[in-house]
Amino acid sequence: MRLGWQPPDLIAAAPFWEATQRGELALPWCPTCEAPVLYPRDFCPRCHTTGIAYRTLSGRGTVYSFGVEHRSVWGSELEPPFVVALIDLEEGGRMVSNVLDDPARVHIGAAVEVEFQPIDDGRAVPRFRLVEAVQ
Amino acid sequence: MTVPTRGKAAIVGVADAASPTGVLDVYGRDLHTRVAREALADAGLTFADVDGVAAVGSLMQANELAEHLGLHPRWVDTTMTGGSSFEILVQHAMAAIACDLATTVLVVYGETPRGDRDRPSEYPYWLQRDTNINEWEGPYGLRQPLGPYALAKRRHMYEFGTTDAQFAQIAVSTRQWAAMNPNAKLRDPISVEDVLASPFEVDPLHRAEVCLVTDGGGAVVVTSAARAADLRQPPVYILGSGTGQTHALLIGEMDDLTRTAGVASGAQAFAHAGVTPDDIDVLMTYDSFTITVLLALEDLGFCAKGEGGAFVEDGRLGPGGALPTNTNGGGLSYTHPGMYGMFLLTEATRQLRGESGARQVPDATLAVAHGCGGVLSTFGTLVLGSEIP
Repeated sequence: MRLGWQPPDLIAAAPFWEATQRGELALPWCPTCEAPVLYPRDFCPRCHTTGIAYRTLSGRGTVYSFGVEHRSVWGSELEPPFVVALIDLEEGGRMVSNVLDDPARVHIGAAVEVEFQPIDDGRAVPRFRLVEAVQ
Repeated sequence: MTVPTRGKAAIVGVADAASPTGVLDVYGRDLHTRVAREALADAGLTFADVDGVAAVGSLMQANELAEHLGLHPRWVDTTMTGGSSFEILVQHAMAAIACDLATTVLVVYGETPRGDRDRPSEYPYWLQRDTNINEWEGPYGLRQPLGPYALAKRRHMYEFGTTDAQFAQIAVSTRQWAAMNPNAKLRDPISVEDVLASPFEVDPLHRAEVCLVTDGGGAVVVTSAARAADLRQPPVYILGSGTGQTHALLIGEMDDLTRTAGVASGAQAFAHAGVTPDDIDVLMTYDSFTITVLLALEDLGFCAKGEGGAFVEDGRLGPGGALPTNTNGGGLSYTHPGMYGMFLLTEATRQLRGESGARQVPDATLAVAHGCGGVLSTFGTLVLGSEIP
């Protein structure tokens, strides 16, 4: 039994994973909605515009909500306790990720910034740190 | 407005299987067969009367179950929406019966996650197919399904000031009901302090706010109101129904973690039934977690958005309270094999027949069964009545 994730398989998301290898957060950008498409699709699920192109984002966001996981979780290398959060990106869109700081310092509305961490299936995954923590 | 299907179909037989140990001595098709046979016997019907089969589990579950039972149904349904599947299957059965696509439908469920620990499969069930979870949530350690519910609980506390103690009271009231159910896994009384002292699974979710993992199964028989009139049990009429979804398995796709598709499914079910939350005698609502109950109370309109904490804190949901809720002890204390919605139907039916013994709600004539599937994703609401008001 392989403890890990199936490799990425969504064709429209390939540029997302290529960008993470360069240390960039990139998402399809809907010109009609003026917002990113997250998770990545080759159309906009809000207005159904097709053929939309990727754009590199700032990598900044705020914490919408978070939980502090107290156990090891199948498929993740993170050691408990760790923070799993919903991050509202500055340009729009909400993603599940981690805030890598001390859980006691994380709060809803906190400003965060992306960083990329390699995991064992070859991907670099976007995770976040509190902005005040890196200053 | 009410609809032509209102009261045209009824639940006429129920069965459920659960054990105080949490482990059953049967599993798989043997369990499905047992609860199916018991529900038909309860109705005073036999397999020969069944011309519709609804079930979820495997890809062709209804067909496979019919095959196993030697049935050749003219109508099947394997609509899989997670925990709300059975409310939605009963809605579909009602519609099928009203359109003469079926006369008598058998709806069956059984899973045995406890016993299955000695019969392991290679992957957790949520990773067995190519779901988007693998790509977009997996690496971050968002534990399914607890993680998303913890996010919703914290957001509710942040937006509305709901307290940990208010959430805990939901578990306390539910346990009071479980004490009167001899088949409940957890029957000892607990206090708010006990709940808050239980360790965090995913902070802010305490262990005592998380549903059980038990073996269990159940079945219901749905038939036309005309056929129901001369059967063994008094009919429990399906008065209204509604379904809704905001997303499927990815919590990042849910716009507002404090407002579920229960808003839509509930509004339609009440409108179709021609009743309001104030009319409801018994509420059977999915309690995978305390936050699931709190959001349902608000979304169904039993209280305003954001007021769920104050609504529950005086014990209103418990025995003797103004809104008897989850009178079987719920997924928190009775049983939760994975898709708990079946047990909302069996208990609501027994309450409306007046056969719930020590936990019977006096003069119960209207009940709601409100199922939740996925991660606050898919909802099915049924308004049930012992009469057609």
